[in-house]
Parts: sequence; structure tokens; C-alpha cells
Amino acid sequence: MQIDLRTVSIKPVRQTFDHIARRFGDKPASRYQEGTYDLQQTDIFHYRPLWEPEHRLFDQQRTQVVMKDWYALKDPRQYYYGSYTIARARQQDAAEANFDMVEERGLADTIPATFRQIALALLVPLRHVEWGGNMNNSFISAYGYGTAITQPCLYHAMDHLGIAQYLTRLGLVLEGPAALDTAKDAWMGDPRWQEMRRLVEDVLVTQDWFELFVAQNLVLEGLSYPLFFDHLDNEFSTNGATAISMMTRFMAEWYAESSKWVDAQIKVAAAESAENRGLISSWVQHYRERVGKALAPLAEVAFGERATAVLGDVTADFNSRCAKLGLAI
Amino acid sequence: MDMQATKKKVGLKEKYAHMTRGLGWETTYQPMNKVFPYAEFEGIKIHDWDKWEDPFRLTMDAYWKYQAEKERKLYAVLDAFAQNNGHLGVTDARYINALKLFLTGISPLEYVAHRGFAAAGRNFPGVGPRVACLMQSLDEVRHAQTQIHALSNYNKHYNGFHDFKHMIERVWYLSVPKSFFDDAFSAGPFEWMIAIGFSFEYVLTNLLFVPFMSGAAYNGDMGTVTVGFSAQSDEARHMTLGLECIKFMLEQDPDNLPIVQKWIDKWAWRGTRVLTLVGMMMDYMLPKRVMSWKEAWEIYFEQNGGALFNDLARYGIKVPECLSQTAIDKEHISHQAWATFYQYGGASDFHTWMPTDEEMDWLSAKYPNTFDKYYRARFTHWRDEAEKGKRFYNGTLPMLCQVCQIPMLFTEPSDPTQICYRESEYQGEKYHTCSDGCKHIFDDEPEKYIQAWLPVHQIYQGNCFNEGVDPTAPGFDPLAEVLKWYHVEHGRDNLDFEGSEDQKNFAAWRGLATKNV
Repeated sequence: MQIDLRTVSIKPVRQTFDHIARRFGDKPASRYQEGTYDLQQTDIFHYRPLWEPEHRLFDQQRTQVVMKDWYALKDPRQYYYGSYTIARARQQDAAEANFDMVEERGLADTIPATFRQIALALLVPLRHVEWGGNMNNSFISAYGYGTAITQPCLYHAMDHLGIAQYLTRLGLVLEGPAALDTAKDAWMGDPRWQEMRRLVEDVLVTQDWFELFVAQNLVLEGLSYPLFFDHLDNEFSTNGATAISMMTRFMAEWYAESSKWVDAQIKVAAAESAENRGLISSWVQHYRERVGKALAPLAEVAFGERATAVLGDVTADFNSRCAKLGLAI
Repeated sequence: MDMQATKKKVGLKEKYAHMTRGLGWETTYQPMNKVFPYAEFEGIKIHDWDKWEDPFRLTMDAYWKYQAEKERKLYAVLDAFAQNNGHLGVTDARYINALKLFLTGISPLEYVAHRGFAAAGRNFPGVGPRVACLMQSLDEVRHAQTQIHALSNYNKHYNGFHDFKHMIERVWYLSVPKSFFDDAFSAGPFEWMIAIGFSFEYVLTNLLFVPFMSGAAYNGDMGTVTVGFSAQSDEARHMTLGLECIKFMLEQDPDNLPIVQKWIDKWAWRGTRVLTLVGMMMDYMLPKRVMSWKEAWEIYFEQNGGALFNDLARYGIKVPECLSQTAIDKEHISHQAWATFYQYGGASDFHTWMPTDEEMDWLSAKYPNTFDKYYRARFTHWRDEAEKGKRFYNGTLPMLCQVCQIPMLFTEPSDPTQICYRESEYQGEKYHTCSDGCKHIFDDEPEKYIQAWLPVHQIYQGNCFNEGVDPTAPGFDPLAEVLKWYHVEHGRDNLDFEGSEDQKNFAAWRGLATKNV
């Protein structure tokens, strides 16, 4: 059954803004479209930046990747601010319930000592890597080109901050503030973390923002998230350390969602031209080697003698992902 | 068990510190000045970033939760507004022109603020200010989008909104707000914080955002006013960040004082000039006025700003040097600006009109020293001429100020009947400014301001016509060609409100909604 309310109907003069209509025709547009396409100014700027006079304020020359239309890089999740915050709020509700449960029931005390140590040694220092992820994505959001990619990069930056904060809470739940100090010392001085820190710092000074995107969002995340939040997570949940899985569920879900967005960017950029494809592929090769080297000592902490095999699996999955994206690696 | 002892409750402030500044580290594989390359070139000295006091303590999970709640409510109202033809509830269709000014002149700036704060959120070596700047960057993209989404429904029914992105980069008067943000973003991160974080968000927000949103409330625009209410708590956070930033800079090193004072003087004046557009909106474009521009200036700048500067006096900060001129200008600028837009109503993307007798009486009462003496006769004359079918449109192009880019429409502080011009020379060329304030800014950084893309100069240089247009062809109409390049639809977007398509449609639709025909 259906009831029909009658309203006064007025014929609109136009359906959407001209810059949207030029792309999609004059028909009702989505909030993602009106809140994204062509928002960044492109043509006329008054002053050269004092901090980089060789470029314009927004400039396509800040990366070697060339796109005819940077708005080809759309977000399959169609996130604008409202839909982004509403999606994350739902996820944080679940995360909060998990942390509450772990804390109220004292579940941290049920974690076997070995796995507690592994979590403290790996997941807590990882918050510094996440902070690097925040910095790299805010860089892209500031200096990248076209709202279609700069907007989700800010969301991605804030997600990394959120994840760094969940990892901080995990440390606090497991061992209090001392866990954070120990992890910071390991990050700064433990030989097992130094390849990772060197990599993160090298990426921080990378100036080509699309290279940064590849290094951080495709390669570093593409190898480390499956390692820590899938393979290692399996170890936790099959060995009585479910409490840790509960506290990192956000990360696992987040990676499944955000990697689809990363894939869409890489796929479209690589398909644009042979030059782009070559460039992105060579970046992937370069960073895959470096990330592999950085993860090897950490995988050993996690998986002992199985480390090489697990890392091999992760890399093989990553390679087939890249192949699907059209990269030659 | 000793486990229990280490797990003592962590205080809120301490916990927040772990969640933010605890994440950072001193890099060693790459030098810090390479990781943060823009931290020093402006001459601001920071010795200890740990002295930064977080202006608000919001972790990401809390941010997502609060903001999502606000978004759900806001979009429910916007949907209802669209479904029920809320636009027909506004006082009078003239009001909608204030929204055009807002969408074309302000929303694109919210977007630039988002990018600029993302840059600041990457560039400061301190984690505390970076996190606060990133949250503001996120809020600013929110503001750009919620404004666009709210006004999208107006765009469907009224002219002038339809190509705001194209227009902000081209239309003559929109270079005023655009160049303001280009100026701030092209400066370094510290100047950005004084320009936008402090001057714009703290000192001037009550004179910009608030008048538009209050105007919406007074004129029955429930969609737009809900956007305003929804942004209030964001704006409060931005204000505390701006204030913390300036205090931090002043506390870190006494050498920062002269630099900060220079920026305050510059951006207070630059901001005041941009606000001319708001003044004219408040006094002329709102059918139901909130208060006069002069009253708003006195309450929000002279009184509230005065209290703020008293508070900053302990650091050696003085009130901006433009204050004596603004005390004179507040009686004039809204009338001078509206007179200009009325004359150039053929070249803008919104409608203009002359006030009714009743409205002129209101202006006389609010501006007893100036309105009748300097402006009423001119406005009455123009209105009489229009009634005789001789609506006045100025066919020439005005000279623009090299700094604020407003046409030379302001008068001498000592003589409201004389247009004010100032002249500077740089590398053998003459440059003109509208005031001592703008001349001062020009003379301090001439190498920056000579780059300005001045719309009138560009028209005369032939840079504002579509490709293939031949200015030497017989019967060439420069204004018509410029409008095409602007994407301003002649006869629909521009000219007088009287007789406009907006006026006719609004009347017809309101009739449809309120009468049985």
C-alpha cells in the first residue's frame, strides 16, 4: 500500500551547477559530485607562493604523473565530509564498544604473555608509522591537484591519526603509559625498527606527491596492514589473544575499505598513459623492496621462523593486487 | 600484582598528550629542517614546541562522533527545506542576492582555507598545532560543502549561482576575496595563522559569517541558518586555535613581536577592506535588516576587538594602526560600495536596486552623520531616473587598488567628497592604491603585489575574452564579450532586480504556493 502526499510542484530552472552539468549533463547531481568536482581553483592565481616561487598555488607540476583530467581519480566510496564522518562514527561506535568490553571485563589480563609481548613490541611502536601516514596524506591534501584526490587524502590523514590513537589506547590498556615510552625507545633505537624508521623519514621528505601516495598508501599500507592486521591478527585470535583482535578490528575493516579507494586511484592513473604506468610501477618496485626490508625483522618478532613464509605470502598477494591494477612489477 | 600498579588511571590532559604529541619524534635519518622546510623562513623563532597549549582536546573518535551527529541533523533539515520549497518562505526575493554573494565570494574561500590548513597541519614542527590545524582543515571542507549543498537548492530556482567556481577566478569584484586568500596561502605558515587563524577567524568572523547567517535567520531562510548554527561549534574551536597561536608566537621569543604586529596591522586592514562587501550586504541587500554595518562594526570590532587587544597588550601588541581610519570609514563604506555595484550592475552576477523610501529612512536613522548629507540625493536621483526608464549603468571601467583590488570608490578620510588615491613607484612603474593602509602593505612587499591579476587591467589587455573573439571586429562590444567569458548570462544574472527573472519566478511560485489559482 502506498499513500501519496501532494506538494506544490515547481519546475526548477536548472538541475545543478554549470561545472557539474558540463561533466555529467544538467540532471540532479549527488552531494559527492557537487561537493567535489572542480572545487579547487585552477586558472588564475594572484601571487607566486613565497615558499615555492617556481610553482603556482595549485599546480599540476608538483608530480611527474600526468593526467588530462585529475577528476578522473574519483572516490568509489563517494565520501564528502558528511558521508565520511557518518561512516567513521559508525565504526568508532563499534571500536568503542570493543574497548569498553576489554576494559570492563579485564580481558587484557587473559592475554597469554607471549602475545601480550608481541603486541607491545609491534603494535604500539606502529603508532609512529601511522603518524607518518598522517603527515604524508596531509601533504598530499595540501599540495596535490584536484579535489577528487586531495579531499579523500585528508580523510585518510585523519584516519591515520585515529588509528595512531587506537594503537595508543591499546598500549595504555595493556601496560599503561610505560608501554608508550618503551615503544618510543624501540622506535628510536631498537635495530629491528630502524629500517622502518629510515623508510618513514625518507618518505616524509619526498616532494612528488603522487610518489608519496604510492609509497605510503599503496606499498607501505599494502604490505604492512595485511601483515599486522590480518596474518598477525589470526595468530592473536587463534591463541587466546582475542582481546587484541577486538582492539584492532577498526584497522582491519578500515584497510578493507580504504584499499579499494587506493586501488581506484592507481588503476586510473596507470591506465592514463604508458608513462604513468612505467613511473608508478617503478615506484612500486622501489618501495616494495624497502618496505620488505623494513618489515622483515618485525615479521620475525611476530612469526619467528615462519616469518619469511608469511612475508612471502603477503608480498605475493600484493603483487597480484598490483597486477590487477595494471602495473608491471 | 605489580601489573595493577602500572595501570593507574591516566588523566585527561595527559592522555590527550599521549594521543597527539606523543606520536611525534625528532627525526635522525633526515634532518628536521628538511622534514619541516617552511618553519623558519619567515623569521619567527620557536624554541620549544612543547610549550604549546592545546586549545581544545579532541581525539579523532570523539571528532567523528560529534561531527557525524551534527551532519545527520543538518542534512535532514536541508532535505526538508528542498522538499517543501523552503526558498519561497524568504522575506523577499531580493534577499537571495545576498546568498549569491555568499556562494560566489565566500564558499570558495572555505575551500582554500581547507587546503591552507592542511598545509599548516603538515608544516609546523610541533605536533599539537599540527593536529589542531588538520581538524580545522577538515572543518573547512565541511563548511565549503555544507554551504554548496544548502545553496544548491537555490541554484535550481534562481540565477547567478550557477557557475561559482568559474566566476571566483574571473569576475571583477570576486578578485577581492580571492586575492585575500591567495595572499595568505602564498605566505608562510606563521603568517597564514595570523591572517586566517587569528585575524579572519578570531577578529573578523563576527563581521562576516555571523551577519550572513543572522541575515538568513531574519529573512526566513531556514536552510542557510541551519548551516550557520551547525558551524558554530566548529567556529568556536577555530577561534581558540587562532588565539592560542598568536599567544604562543609571542611567548616564544621577543623578536617575534614586531613581525606579528606587522602581520596584525596588514591583515586587519586587508580584512576590513574585504568586509566592505559584507557591510553593503547588511545595509542594502537584506530586506529585513539585522543591524547596520556601523553598529556591527562598533560592537564586534571596536568593543569586542578592543577587549581582545587589551588582553594582548601585555605582550606588547598594539591595536591595529588602521583603527583611526576605520572609525571614519564605518559611516561611509557600505553606501559607497552599493553605489558602485548599482552602477556596475550590468557586469555582476547578482541583481542590484535602489532602496525604497522606507529603507532610506532606516539608513538615515542609522547613519545620521552621513546618509542624508552625502548619499540620499544620489540614490533618489538614480531611483527617479530608473522610474523614468533611464536606469543608470556605468559603461566605463573603474581603476582598481593594487592591493585590495576594490575599485577606487573610497573617499579621503578628511573629505568624503574626494576619491582617495595613493601612488607608489616600484622598478620604474607606478602603482595605485586606495588608502594609506593598502599603500603601506604594497610598499612593504611590492614584489608580491605587483603580481596581482587585476580584472580591469586584464580586460584592457584583452585577456578576458573567449578564444577566437576579435576585439578589432566592427561592432565589437567589450562588455558583452567579457560577460560571456565570465559566464554571466546577460539579462538573467545581471541588471536591476526590478524586472528580473528571479523577481518574476519568485512571485509566480509564491502565488502558486499561497493562493488558489
